[in-house]
Amino acid sequence: MLKDQDRIFTNIYGLKDKSLKGAMSRGHWDGTKIIIEKGRDWIINEMKASGLRGRGGAGFPTGLKWSFMPKENDGRPHYLVVNADESEPGTCKDREILRNDPHTLIEGCVIAGFAMGAHTAFIYVRGEYMREREALQAAIDECYAAGLLGKNTVHGWDYDIVVHHGAGAYICGEETALLESLEGKKGQPRMKPPFPANMGLYGCPTTVNNVESISVAPTILRRGASWFSSIGRANNVGTKLFMVSGHVERPCTFEEAMGLSFREIIEHHCGGIRGGWDNLLAVIPGGASCPIVRGEDMADAIMDFDGMREVKSSFGTGGMIVMDKSTDVIKAIWRIAAFFKHESCGQCTPCREGTGWMMRLMERMVRGNAQKREIDMLFQVTKQVEGHTICALGDAAAWPIQGLIRNFRPEIEARIDQYTYNATSEGAVMEAAE
Amino acid sequence: MATKLKVDGKEIEVPDHFTLLQACEEAGAEIPRFCFHERLSVAGNCRMCLIEVKGGPPKPTASCAMGVRDIRGGPNGELPEIFTTTPMVKKAREGVMEFLLINHPLDCPICDQGGECDLQDQAMAFGIDSSRYGENKRAVEDKYIGPLVKTVMNRCIHCTRCVRFTTEVGGISELGLIGRGEDAEITTYLEQAMTSELQGNVVDLCPVGALTSKPFAFTARPWELGKTESIDVMDAVGSAIRVDTRGREVMRIMPRVNEQVNEEWISDKTRFIWDGLKTQRLDRPYVRKDGRLQPASWAEAFAAVKTAVSAASNDKIGAIAGDLASVEEMYALKQLLTSLGSENLDCRQDGTALDPSLGRSSYLFNPTIEGIEQAGALLIIGANPRLEAAVLNARIRKRFRRGNFPIGVIGEVNELRYAYDYLGAGPETLADLASGVNSFAEKLRGAKNPMIIVGQGALSRPDGLAVLQAAAQLAGSVGALTEEWNGFAVLHTAASRVGGLDLGFVPGAKGADAATMLRSMDVLFLLGADEMNFSAKYAKTTIYIGSHGDNGAMNADIILPGAAYTEKSGTWVNTEGRVQMGNRAGFAPGEAREEWAILRALSDVLGKKLPFDSLHALRAKLYQDHPHFAEIDEIAVGSVNDVAALGQKAGEMTKGGFASPIKDFYLTNPIARSSAVMAECSALARNNFQAAAE
Repeated sequence: MLKDQDRIFTNIYGLKDKSLKGAMSRGHWDGTKIIIEKGRDWIINEMKASGLRGRGGAGFPTGLKWSFMPKENDGRPHYLVVNADESEPGTCKDREILRNDPHTLIEGCVIAGFAMGAHTAFIYVRGEYMREREALQAAIDECYAAGLLGKNTVHGWDYDIVVHHGAGAYICGEETALLESLEGKKGQPRMKPPFPANMGLYGCPTTVNNVESISVAPTILRRGASWFSSIGRANNVGTKLFMVSGHVERPCTFEEAMGLSFREIIEHHCGGIRGGWDNLLAVIPGGASCPIVRGEDMADAIMDFDGMREVKSSFGTGGMIVMDKSTDVIKAIWRIAAFFKHESCGQCTPCREGTGWMMRLMERMVRGNAQKREIDMLFQVTKQVEGHTICALGDAAAWPIQGLIRNFRPEIEARIDQYTYNATSEGAVMEAAE
Repeated sequence: MATKLKVDGKEIEVPDHFTLLQACEEAGAEIPRFCFHERLSVAGNCRMCLIEVKGGPPKPTASCAMGVRDIRGGPNGELPEIFTTTPMVKKAREGVMEFLLINHPLDCPICDQGGECDLQDQAMAFGIDSSRYGENKRAVEDKYIGPLVKTVMNRCIHCTRCVRFTTEVGGISELGLIGRGEDAEITTYLEQAMTSELQGNVVDLCPVGALTSKPFAFTARPWELGKTESIDVMDAVGSAIRVDTRGREVMRIMPRVNEQVNEEWISDKTRFIWDGLKTQRLDRPYVRKDGRLQPASWAEAFAAVKTAVSAASNDKIGAIAGDLASVEEMYALKQLLTSLGSENLDCRQDGTALDPSLGRSSYLFNPTIEGIEQAGALLIIGANPRLEAAVLNARIRKRFRRGNFPIGVIGEVNELRYAYDYLGAGPETLADLASGVNSFAEKLRGAKNPMIIVGQGALSRPDGLAVLQAAAQLAGSVGALTEEWNGFAVLHTAASRVGGLDLGFVPGAKGADAATMLRSMDVLFLLGADEMNFSAKYAKTTIYIGSHGDNGAMNADIILPGAAYTEKSGTWVNTEGRVQMGNRAGFAPGEAREEWAILRALSDVLGKKLPFDSLHALRAKLYQDHPHFAEIDEIAVGSVNDVAALGQKAGEMTKGGFASPIKDFYLTNPIARSSAVMAECSALARNNFQAAAE
């Protein structure tokens, strides 16, 4: 269990003073100048040593990502872009940072921007996050007034932060689609290579990071990489904001150390599963795009990147969706398929056509109006979408269905049998012969 | 720099900038594709070109978007290796093909793309044999995007080639992809007609039957058409075309690839002119009797010509060649007039100041169309390239898109599809440039390979020669006239013009020019000349030789029906001076004959028999007199000194702005004026213009 003094986000519930003064009293903006004076290389090395992995879902090492930015400036400006387009179903951590603890993010932007030679950061806030944007903007305004942002800052690094408000498309959370959207174009992912570190926003070197990854950076640098890396298991270190939604007693967002088991987390923070552990049916461990895991596999699994891989799922954003036995799990996955069908940008073929096909097949499976061989076909279709698309949305759409078929095939087949049985019994609805 | 890599085990070396797709093609491996097109930006969205990269991620890679330098070799210095035939690639292609087909309607039997459909061909080669899709197919409403392009949007596979073409080459942002996911649709947003003069090219670009030719709809299948490679005469660019015929009827016109001229684009006038070839045709001779044109036999018509010619004195016989005439018929007409003792010849209906005596380079587009891409700065004087030479304008835009290309315009303010500095309206601005008052001259001088385009709007005025001299002088002073680079470019609007000037189809020492002839000749031959103001005509007897009943025929006393450009083999010289030969795709209707044969037969009747009995013999004689006509597809380069010499002289320029001679892109010649499709486009363009003015 994480000790209180190890918490990075000390005002995640907004119970304390959100203002700059309040944030400073909790230790934020403390010694920013000293960190910056230690230099670019020190910051990047320290970030690498801390073992922080990106908190946006893919888990790419943050320090390594920062080090991809060109060391020498070739005349083009460098940009930091913060991805606050938090749209993954089941994920609601960034909004808490934005509205309650925004100074962690702003300070992180300054330090990260310095580490990659950027004088400008763009924060791309999800379209639906109105209040969050206002809170963030208010905090930024405070920092400008206090000389923490703008020209001739107190810490010596000129820095501007621009808050951009998205229009509510899930795909704009994909880093290159986000850049396109930021440039004023249609939010469609770009081809890679070239990677954003070479050709990003407006063709300039750009790093795109998740809100949480940036927000934890100042505290890591203040307290040292070894502090951060001492929490959790090797390769899965640090603290993390977890979110639990669904059939638990108390759904909530909280900061916790990595490497605890699912059972410990749920018992300690959420008051257990609704109706007891025997009532647990399944968990989607890291936001809607992660494959679903059966409750019995999940109960004692370790909640970190490697632990979730062991149960053939992924850690994602740490947004757990818990389902008890009252859930129609097929319908739940159909709903996720419908979400991805709705959010597919339509640029590349497998995702544009495949998400609709998968959703319609799922729709019939929910009713049981399908053939059993179509389950295999559905699985093959997900395999044809996965890995064939420009961005990862295709994969994200495919995985939940793969997880369902892998874990709940008997349920799907039973549904089909039930439908077939009903169709031939007295209750059958007559359909006109065609 | 070159990169080595292995494709399916075969080691090849390709330039650094190549994509994997190009490298595979270099190695002889076929890569299916829909969205990729050599002349458009890379979209990478169809996913058909997936291949396997050794050592890469465990998933296939889109070969159109990945450069050969982006892949790594093995740890021990092994070459990077890619595969196009592995099970992973095969499975990926089958998957993509299945996805493309699930929402594609099975209406191939009624689809105009059938037989030349990329989707059909690639489904055969790379797809699987049956469908597993049991749901309802998507239905998409068809969009109106203009009178030329028909849409069946159910068939669209969202490759966005059309969007990229109109945006990048056409320079319009009127076509786009709206909506997202399954509901993404190609549309002109408010369902208005596109305004580009190049919009017809989206028909060729569309890999499926979503965008097809509206005038050609449901008329023929590609495999039943005869295909004849020819040259377009709608403007002076001389685009390479393919004329598709069924029987004697021209069914459609398609572009051919000619990197030096039109790449693979043609203008809408070139493409959709063909219905004009079937209407208003002169299919038998006519002679005016009692004030009315009456049908006549060839013998009667020739007899009438003989009567008129023998009654006229030599210096009262004249000939004017029109804009579509081929070199051969102008040559025959010149021979005939010379043998009749007349020097009254002119091929410049518009009265342009160009003259062969000033040297060949004084009337050519010297930098060449391909050379536009090497130009560093451009000044356009009295021309609207967008309307006068739409395909050439696309080349200017191509150069413009590469950036660092200042363009200045003297003349009218027009939408040219690229940004330019408007310098002024007329000769005063040209003088300002020469004297250095206007600073754009500095931009020209500072650029490598400066280029000056002079249009007919600046030259077909009374002070045309002075303007030409001033432009040549400016070209010399900004360094556009060197041994390596001749940046002096005359933009013609008529396909016949350069050929006529090359032949010397201009008044002799005592001869009269076109306007004078119209006022003063007793006998006037009009070889397809329709673009003149016939209200000033005086001639006692006017003989019109041409294919269409238009202005010239209306004002004629004797009509000798000729062949249109698709109905004869002829030589045309484009604005660059490139000699090109068009071929006969069909025969002229009724009693109409090829012009050279008419002139040959007439010469016999007039007792001045021309010394050739066949087109072959005519050409042999032509090549003897003018050897450069024998060099097909080549340019006989003019001397840069002629332009420099031209600049030494100076005339008096008058006031008044330059105005492009082309007021209506769609109605510039008799064939176009006979076309219902062109009439519709013209009306639409006029209305757009009015709407914009309000």
